[in-house]
Amino acid sequence: MSKPNGKKVSMSKILIYLFLSLASLLSLFPFYWMFVMATSPSSAYNTIPPTLKPGNLLVENFQKVLGQVDFFQAMWNSFVICTIVTLVVLFISSLAGFAFAKFKFPGKNVLFMLVLTTMIIPPQLGLIPQFFLVSKAGLLDTLPGVMVVFFLNPLGIFLMRQYVSEAVPDELIEAAKLDGCSNFKIYRSIVLPIILPAFATLGIIVFTAVWGEFLWQFTVLRDPENYTIQVALAQLSNTRNIDFGMIMSGVFWATVPLLVIFLAFNRLFISSITEGSVK
Amino acid sequence: MAAINHSKVKKKRFMSEEKKDRVSGYLYIAPFFIIFAIIGLYPALFSIFLGFQKWNGLGPMTFVGFDNFKVVLTDPLFWKSVYNTIVMGIMGTAPQLVFGILFAYLLNLAFLKFKNVFRVTIFMPYITSMVAVALIFSVLFSDHESSLANYVLTLAGLDPVHWGTSEWGTKIAISIMVFWRWVGYNTIIYLAGIQSIPNDLYEAATIDGANKFQQLFYITMPMLKPFIILTVFTSTVGALQLFSEPTVFLGTSAFTRDEAMTIVMYLYRDAFKLQSFGTASATAIILLVLITVFVAINTLIASGYGRKKRGESE
Repeated sequence: MSKPNGKKVSMSKILIYLFLSLASLLSLFPFYWMFVMATSPSSAYNTIPPTLKPGNLLVENFQKVLGQVDFFQAMWNSFVICTIVTLVVLFISSLAGFAFAKFKFPGKNVLFMLVLTTMIIPPQLGLIPQFFLVSKAGLLDTLPGVMVVFFLNPLGIFLMRQYVSEAVPDELIEAAKLDGCSNFKIYRSIVLPIILPAFATLGIIVFTAVWGEFLWQFTVLRDPENYTIQVALAQLSNTRNIDFGMIMSGVFWATVPLLVIFLAFNRLFISSITEGSVK
Repeated sequence: MAAINHSKVKKKRFMSEEKKDRVSGYLYIAPFFIIFAIIGLYPALFSIFLGFQKWNGLGPMTFVGFDNFKVVLTDPLFWKSVYNTIVMGIMGTAPQLVFGILFAYLLNLAFLKFKNVFRVTIFMPYITSMVAVALIFSVLFSDHESSLANYVLTLAGLDPVHWGTSEWGTKIAISIMVFWRWVGYNTIIYLAGIQSIPNDLYEAATIDGANKFQQLFYITMPMLKPFIILTVFTSTVGALQLFSEPTVFLGTSAFTRDEAMTIVMYLYRDAFKLQSFGTASATAIILLVLITVFVAINTLIASGYGRKKRGESE
């Protein structure tokens, strides 16, 4: 009785491992393919059957990318935009989250509901006026012009309020008040150190979202000098003679740093993304 | 004496403390609301205003009533973009629901080894940007007969497909790309949901003789409902806002061909290629209505509203 049953279970176990391995393989294959193309000459693309072995043009293809767009400038621009946006959002969200979690003031609940409702407005609704607003302010085709719209982040306030009310005990705040601490001092020296883990969560969410955003960056940026990496990459395929090796090389070098950071901190990444959506 | 003095001080401070808290409260939430007023509320209202104006972005605006809406709603290209968006939305997101739940269920199995390896590899596509994904897929699914996708088709004895220019080729390629990038994300959400289900439910079911499949359908699925509603909500909103993937995938032909033009691409084309900001704003308003309607319908379906109602009337 128990013997055939055990065999059956191990059979289904094998099937499950096979299925998950196949899924992982399909998940990884485009990355591998990107690497193959990034190291192969353009002509490798016309061979039948397609080459599945990496070539030796890793450097040469990247040099072609550098001839097409200012890759490092674009990476730097994206990095600057994402860093500043992340810091600003962390500051604004934690301050407001702290206020919503710990202070009593008239209209608090209504205002918090308003914060939540702002999440529902799709970004495309404001796209055109935002474009003219940024252009009126003289920020069209500048990095600050890209940044400003990302400063609005209701999710950040929601997460921070949640975290502050769970992690910061009321007694601690009361005690600090008795000692004569100002509210901002309480924020700086009591609340901030406690909510640092939440900063990591929100920071990862904001940074990756802004890094990958395309529509707004594509709309605001015109001068190649100001391109972010996403806009620069999109330009690679806008040439008349499409060079797949060159395109994939650009994508490869733009993706590798991200993948390395992700693989190094994968648990933190995955738990952050989950928390950001499930809370 | 000392005790009285102390309580007096405390009381005095407490009174002013309340006022201080009130001021701090408003002060600390002010930055968000100022930014919201400028970046969120004003543009949203201005968009609605623009929807009723004729404007090329430079000259004066003229009020045209509902003309912009009439123009958009009678434009066959607009309806084509709605059709494209819905078709790609369904093909790209619906399979994610099935595979996401399946992956999450398998990844949670007690005996499974290399859990984190599987989890990381399935989640990895989400880390790549949409532009990078679209470029990789534009190479995998290029029109050439030697593209990998066409090679696989010919191996299976099928004809090569024009992935960049045919009605269904573009849609299928873009849907596969959307599926590939997002299925891991949904898996992680479902996994969090499955892990929040108390273990004794499964233990009790095992004692009652329920097999793994019965457990999946009668315990896991119902308990996952809030997480399913969440992903249906985000998938619906995301699918209706599809822009980067088709735009980058199609490259130079993105705004000149209609096989994969989405609603947001139609909006973008009106505004920034044709300088017709009135009709583009009208499209934005219509998009908002469409999102609201579809989100309402889909979340109602996902919460099993229909089933419940039928159950009641029986």
